[in-house]
This record gives sequence, C-alpha cells and structure tokens, in this order.
Amino acid sequence: MNNLLVLPLLIPLVTAAVLLVFKEKIMLQRWISTFSILANIAVAGAIVAQVRNSGIQTLYMGGWLPPYGIVFVADMLAALLVLTTLVIGALCLFFAFSTIGKERERHYFYPFVQFLLAGVSGSFLTGDLFNLFVCFEVMLISSYALIVLGGTKDQLQETIKYMLVNILSSTLFVASVAYLYGATGTLNMAHLSERVAEAGQGGILNVIAILFMIVFSLKAGLFLFFWLPGSYRVPPAAIMALFGALLTKVGLYALIRTFTLIFYTDQAATHSWIGVMAGITMVLGAIGAVAYNDIRRIINYNVIISVGFIAFGLAAMSEDSLDGAVFYLLHDMLAKALLFLLGGIIMKLTGTHRLDEMGGLIKRYPVVSWMLFISALAIAGIPPLSGFAGKLLIIRGGFSEGNYVLGAISLASSLIVMYSLIRIFMRACWGEEKGLYAAEERDRKGDWLMALPAAALTVIVIAMGVGSEWVFGLVAEAGQTLIDPSIYVDAVLKE
Amino acid sequence: MSIAVGVLFTVGVYLILSKSLLRIILGTSLLTHGVHMLLMTMSRLKTGAAPLLGHKAESYVDPLPQALILTSIVISFGVTSLFLVLAYKSYKKLKTDDMEALRGEEHE
Repeated sequence: MNNLLVLPLLIPLVTAAVLLVFKEKIMLQRWISTFSILANIAVAGAIVAQVRNSGIQTLYMGGWLPPYGIVFVADMLAALLVLTTLVIGALCLFFAFSTIGKERERHYFYPFVQFLLAGVSGSFLTGDLFNLFVCFEVMLISSYALIVLGGTKDQLQETIKYMLVNILSSTLFVASVAYLYGATGTLNMAHLSERVAEAGQGGILNVIAILFMIVFSLKAGLFLFFWLPGSYRVPPAAIMALFGALLTKVGLYALIRTFTLIFYTDQAATHSWIGVMAGITMVLGAIGAVAYNDIRRIINYNVIISVGFIAFGLAAMSEDSLDGAVFYLLHDMLAKALLFLLGGIIMKLTGTHRLDEMGGLIKRYPVVSWMLFISALAIAGIPPLSGFAGKLLIIRGGFSEGNYVLGAISLASSLIVMYSLIRIFMRACWGEEKGLYAAEERDRKGDWLMALPAAALTVIVIAMGVGSEWVFGLVAEAGQTLIDPSIYVDAVLKE
Repeated sequence: MSIAVGVLFTVGVYLILSKSLLRIILGTSLLTHGVHMLLMTMSRLKTGAAPLLGHKAESYVDPLPQALILTSIVISFGVTSLFLVLAYKSYKKLKTDDMEALRGEEHE
C-alpha cells in the first residue's frame, strides 16, 4: 500500500477543478498551473525513487484487495513514464504562456491541460483494464476540447474526424473488455495474466488479443494512423507538442503492457502481427515524411515512424529489445516534444508552415537553428544523444531474434528520418532570408520566453544521451518486469 | 440478447457509414448501446438476489458488469453531447453537415 500513487491523478484533477473558477484571472491560472505541475513532478520523482529502492508499489483503492477492487500499480515503466509526461507537460505549459494567446487562456486552456495530464498519468498507473478505459476517456475528452479550442474551420473539420475515430475505437475497447470478462471473469491485469497463462492462449483468447491490438493500434497510430497527420496539424504548437509527445505514447504503453503482461504466451499469433504492422508503419511513415512540404506534417509523420519503431521492439520480445523499447519510448517523448516546440517557434518566427516559404533563420536566430539541428540528430539516433542507446538495443534485440527484415527497415527509416529533419533544417535555416517579414513587425520581447522550454528540453535530451548508462539502470529494471510478468503479478496479488 | 446486440451493431455501423453528420452521431450512440448490452450478455444472464451481504439467497447476480455499464453510459453520454455541440458549431461555421464536403485541406 502506498498512497502516493494516487497523487499524480488527484493533483491535476483538483487543480483543474480550482482553475475552472478563475476563468478571467489569467495570471492566477498560470501560477496555480505552474505550482501544481511542479508539485506533481516532485511526487513522480519520489515514486521513481521508491520503486527503485523497494520494488513495485501498489495501492488498493478503498482497501479492496485484488482481484476485487481497483488497483494502482507503479512499476518502473509506469513511474518513469509518469515522470517524463509531467516534465513534458510542464515545459509545454511554459511554452504556452508566451504563445497560446489570451483568448484560449480565457477559454479553459489550463484546466483542459490538467485533465489531460490526469488521464495520461492515470492510464500509466492503473492496474485494471476497465479503469484504463476510463482514464483513456478522461484523456480523450480533454484532447477533443484542446484540439478544437479556437474553433477555426480547419479545427472543426479535423476534430469531427478525430472524435469519430476515437469514439469508434473506445467502443471497440469496451466490446473487447466485455469479451475478455466473459472469457476469464476478471479485469485486474495481474489476475488476467495468471488466468490467461493458466488457460493457455488460443482460440477465443487470441481473437480477443487481436481485438485489443486493433483498439490500441488505433490510439497509438500503429499502422491504423490514417487520422493522425491531419488531426495533429490543426491546433497551436503547444497543444500539438502535448499530443504528439503524450497521446500516441499512451496507446503504445497500453500495447506494451497488455502484450507483455496478459497476452504473451502465444507470440506466433499476436506478436508476429505487431511486427508486420510495425514494418508497414515505418515504411508508410517514411514515405509521408519525405513527401510533404508542410513542417507540421513532416513532424507528424516522424511521430508515426517512431511508433512503428517502438512496436518493433515489442514484437521482437527479447530482453534487449524491450529495454530498448522503453528507453526509446522515453527518449521519443522528450525529443518529439522538443521537435514540435521548435516547429512551433519556427512557424511563429516566419509566419508560415510551408518549407519553401522560409529560409535563412540561422543568421538571426542561431540558437533556435542549432537546437533544431541537435534534435534532428537526437531523433535519428546519432551518439552521444539520447536516441542512440534505445535504437541500438532494439535493433540488437531484433537481430538476435532473427528479425532481419524489420531490422533493415528500421535502419533505413532512421536514414529517412535524418533526411526529412535535416531538410527542415537546411530549408528553414540556410539560404536567403525569406518569410521573416513577420519578425520585423513583431514585438520581440517575448522571444526568449518561447525558446526557454525548448532549450530546457535540449539540455535534457543531451543529458539523457550522455548519461545513458545511468538511465539504462532504471530502464533495465522496467525491462526486467516486462520480460518476466510474474514480478508484476506477484507484487499485485501477493502482499 | 445477442441477436439484439448484433442488430444494434449493424444499424450503428450502417449509420456511421452515411454522409450526414447527424446520422453518424446517432450511429455512434447506437453502437455504444450495443456494447453495453454486450457487456451485460457476456457476464452470463443470471437471475438472483442483489449482491448484498444481508440477503441470504441461493444465488447472486454479478454486480461488476452493471458498474461497468453505468460508467460507460455516463462517458458515452458526455461524449455524445460534446459531439452534438461540435456538429452544431461546425454546421454553423462550415455551412454543411455532409462528410464528403469536409474532406481535404483548404490550402496545399
């Protein structure tokens, strides 16, 4: 029992409720949000430390012992993801202070962000499948609100599609939960893991596993990503960064959790499908990333490529590849948030999102340009930056399991990622100065405020790369739980 | 019961595939109703006393699906109302509720 576990969910919920009251007092809203998220980061840090010192932490809601009550479980994976989520949330919030605009701030931007964080943290921490659905919905409903906030034509049009896709996948989620409950009679993940292993996976359980795979792939943008590039391009950069860094990763987390903890016994039937989908996702994402001229779309396709890559780590299912998947997941959240913030800054500076209408930024904004260069290298996986260790582990794990085709695809996709991001760098930063007219007329006082969160993220990305050895210590512990689900099951059921 | 679920799913999917936004929303809400009935059916339809400790009955009903359905109903209610508001707002702004007309981007 550890009551700390409920705080990452509770703090944002309470904060959001308080913020609703202060609609017109924007400065107050900013202070409360900042204070709450910093407190939350401290809590998440404490949870990581506790998990490191004394193993998996659990909390039985209302004192109901599993498998009856709802249980919150923090293993290393969940704890690290919550911490990363909150750090990114805080930096996006600071970025929003100077970019999001008074209108959005007045119309409940900050409460929605808090609800979103509550949903995301809840999804990571919960140990109950139906509770996972509820947390997903908390997260999705606030994301509907955030994506349409502002109400331009583009936003309305894309939100309709985004909502429809997500409602359908949530409906399928409940349907698969219903089938699973009918087949096993429990929804507690640890208990499910035991029962599915006992019953032996096959027949009906495989069908249910595939249903879950469809649901989570739809949310993560694994193969079924048709909705992603369009929807994620419409909101302002701060929101885009939150979505790109967090939402797809929650889907991935759910995939990793269900397919290492519950449906891991019949890997030929399930994990081979994940592998196929990962490969196709990487190829299609790579084609998208080089095809467009719109900065937002290029970044969105990069999100898709990395989803495919992490799924490859899951599909290979060896200790190395799972360690790598966790490492790369953490790295990717940070690096994609950085990329989206930089994209946002560039669009703000030039007033356009088209690559052919911008150029020559490096002379006037050297810091932003070099940060873009660093983030491109980090995402492509150049050592000593943070992407390298995760990539190495996943590909080594994949090769040792004999997944040569997927390994080759992911190496090739790294090159394309590199090309597509360096293309942004070259087009936006080199050459003649273009599209900077907006900068002349603009008040440049707030610029450093805008660059600060991006700079902080750059520092984190570099530090994570240089300190790979130390981070790997934590990640290996997470990977240990994934490869050996009995650790998780014992921690939850036998206390 | 399962036939009713099947019919609800069929009608829901049919409506979602239509062009008009309002029909699509109705389709999603029918689909969620279907899922709720599925939840009830999957936990096996049994009769019995309410699952309270005081009742000394031969058999009890399973309370869990009902709790799940209740939660899910609340969520789907919220989502459907948000979707309706969104549809109204976009009809006013985009002057259409035809999904065909909502394709693609204005620029590019």
